[in-house]
Amino acid sequence: MAAFVVRRLLGAILMLFIVSIATFAIFFLVPRLGGATADDLASRYVGKSAGAAQIHQMAEKLGFTDPLPVQYGHFVTGLVAGTDYSTGPTTVHCPAPCFGYSFITQNPVLPDLLDRLPVTLSLAAGGATIWLVFGVATGVLSALRKGTVFDRAAMGVALAGVSLPIFFTGLLSLSIFSYTLGVAAPGNSYTPITENPLLWAYDLILPWFTLAFLYAAGYARLTRAGMLETMNEDFIRTARAKGLPERTVVVKHGLRAALTPIVTIFGLDLGLLLGGAVLTESTYSLPGLGKYAVDAIVNNDLPKVLGVTLIAAFFIVFANLIVDLLYAVIDPRVRVA
Amino acid sequence: MSDWWNPDTARPFLDVRDLRVRFTTDDGVVKSVDGLTCSLERGRTLGIVGESGSGKSVSSLAVMGLHRTATNASVSGEIWLDGEELVSADDEHVRRLRGKKMAMIFQDPLSAMHPYYTVGDQIIEAYRIHHQVTRRVARKHAVEMLGRVGIPRPNSRVDDYPHQFSGGMRQRAMIAMALSCDPELLIADEPTTALDVTVQAQILDLIRDLQREFGSAVVIITHDLGVVAELADDVLVMYAGRCVERGSAEAIFRSPAHPYTWGLLGSMPRLDRERSERLLPIRGTPPSLINVPGGCAFHPRCGYADLTGGASASEVPRLTEDQARHWVACHLGAGQRSRIWHDEIEPNL
Repeated sequence: MAAFVVRRLLGAILMLFIVSIATFAIFFLVPRLGGATADDLASRYVGKSAGAAQIHQMAEKLGFTDPLPVQYGHFVTGLVAGTDYSTGPTTVHCPAPCFGYSFITQNPVLPDLLDRLPVTLSLAAGGATIWLVFGVATGVLSALRKGTVFDRAAMGVALAGVSLPIFFTGLLSLSIFSYTLGVAAPGNSYTPITENPLLWAYDLILPWFTLAFLYAAGYARLTRAGMLETMNEDFIRTARAKGLPERTVVVKHGLRAALTPIVTIFGLDLGLLLGGAVLTESTYSLPGLGKYAVDAIVNNDLPKVLGVTLIAAFFIVFANLIVDLLYAVIDPRVRVA
Repeated sequence: MSDWWNPDTARPFLDVRDLRVRFTTDDGVVKSVDGLTCSLERGRTLGIVGESGSGKSVSSLAVMGLHRTATNASVSGEIWLDGEELVSADDEHVRRLRGKKMAMIFQDPLSAMHPYYTVGDQIIEAYRIHHQVTRRVARKHAVEMLGRVGIPRPNSRVDDYPHQFSGGMRQRAMIAMALSCDPELLIADEPTTALDVTVQAQILDLIRDLQREFGSAVVIITHDLGVVAELADDVLVMYAGRCVERGSAEAIFRSPAHPYTWGLLGSMPRLDRERSERLLPIRGTPPSLINVPGGCAFHPRCGYADLTGGASASEVPRLTEDQARHWVACHLGAGQRSRIWHDEIEPNL
């Protein structure tokens, strides 16, 4: 087991390394291959009226004139050991892990990321709780009442949930619950949980449910399919033959066995979301990682994009690792091999 | 001797009367069991024999009340267990009897045990539903049960998962689970079918020994006449959801009276027969239970249907007591059947 964990951790680090190369290549190598010079790249980060000398100076300052491997080496060194950056007249030390400085605001990226992370974390955690509870519960009930009005209605709603995009359900719920009924925050606001938990929940309730609706739908369908399968298993018949109450049969024996794929998907979904719930954050103007990434992309602020990408990749790789480890906990048959 | 509390002293311990089990499917109504009547006393073993789909398992599941959760199943008739009628009893009452008064062993112990819980946990669970004891006590009991069914080192094996057991050990564990509450009726549904031949004999021995020890009534369901010969006191032969022949094991093996039973005996390989001789399989295939052939359900496959003068195709034969405690449902006359058995069938087996 320990060897397995170490092997997976090393694999995770390698994976992050590859992601960083790929991301770096996309933003710095591809434009070069397209024929753009260092000055061309730098021209985006100076004023419109800047002269050639000014642009070239910017290109040197941002390091565009160095060969690409050197640029990448600089980036990785910063990540691992920290590095020094010159911001005009002064030189600033950026301690490890240094994600670099914004090309536009000259602010270091990492504090920005750490600033945005709690928002995304709050959104993902709340949404995930809601969709897990509602999705799984609906799926179980649907499976047990297969073919009834409840099942049909629930699966119809689930189909809608999977199909409707966030910017539609999000705007619709904003219009109904916030603007018409006035029972939820109108978006564009976030209160840290440490400051005021009630206000935190009030601000996030609509985003939570919007996000949860999309995911709950998928989980309901997945749970229903899994339950329909496991409830036909021989061990369910055995559980009933022992004289167990039906509730125990369904939850302890049926749901427990149907849970494996759900846990897998849940881990991956959560990992993916932690890298930024782009649509939800944009729809509700929440200052999370997703919104940050979108803004950075619009502004061509490459260090920021690189930073978010790496954070997102970290969460996905990490979630994968957790899911693999959880597998062994959930399914004893995986443990021995 | 055991009937002093039972007002209906004539009633056997297990008494099934005119049991019918139907399943409504998209293709039509499946008549899995169509008027089954049988009985069993404590300490006796009843073997139910028949091909796949003859209704053996479905009738035993009906006794256990396990069709109650299936929305498309309907069970009618009477099932009396120890003087109590179960078909009309409420779900909760039958649930409390399940596992305690009557228990069941299934065919494939790998799929019949939950893969995510240890063998011990599953036995503990079975015990604790019916006994208000602490986990520790139940665990001690589980270890004891595992030891009793012949699992070596039960103290450590109790914490193993089903997949860590061999097939035979798993079936032993399944038996330990079924017997953990000391049931008075034990139903074994093809308990040896999924096992190696060498292990089959051990499991059968185990069931027999435990039956002597616990004094339970045992129903053993099988398509293997060897198993029946080994264990059963009484035999019931089922075909297309109906009983076609019933009697003591000795009577059934010594003078089987129904053409279907002859067919079953003829399809059994025997060591004392020349290898070049072919088995005598029953021709044709088991009938659809949605459109059961009219008259005697076996008549399209029966080699002697012509001798009944058309009765076998038009009339369902009644189960009649041919000889003492030996019932047969066949249109052929008793003398006729006896002659065919002695002249044509027995010499060729």
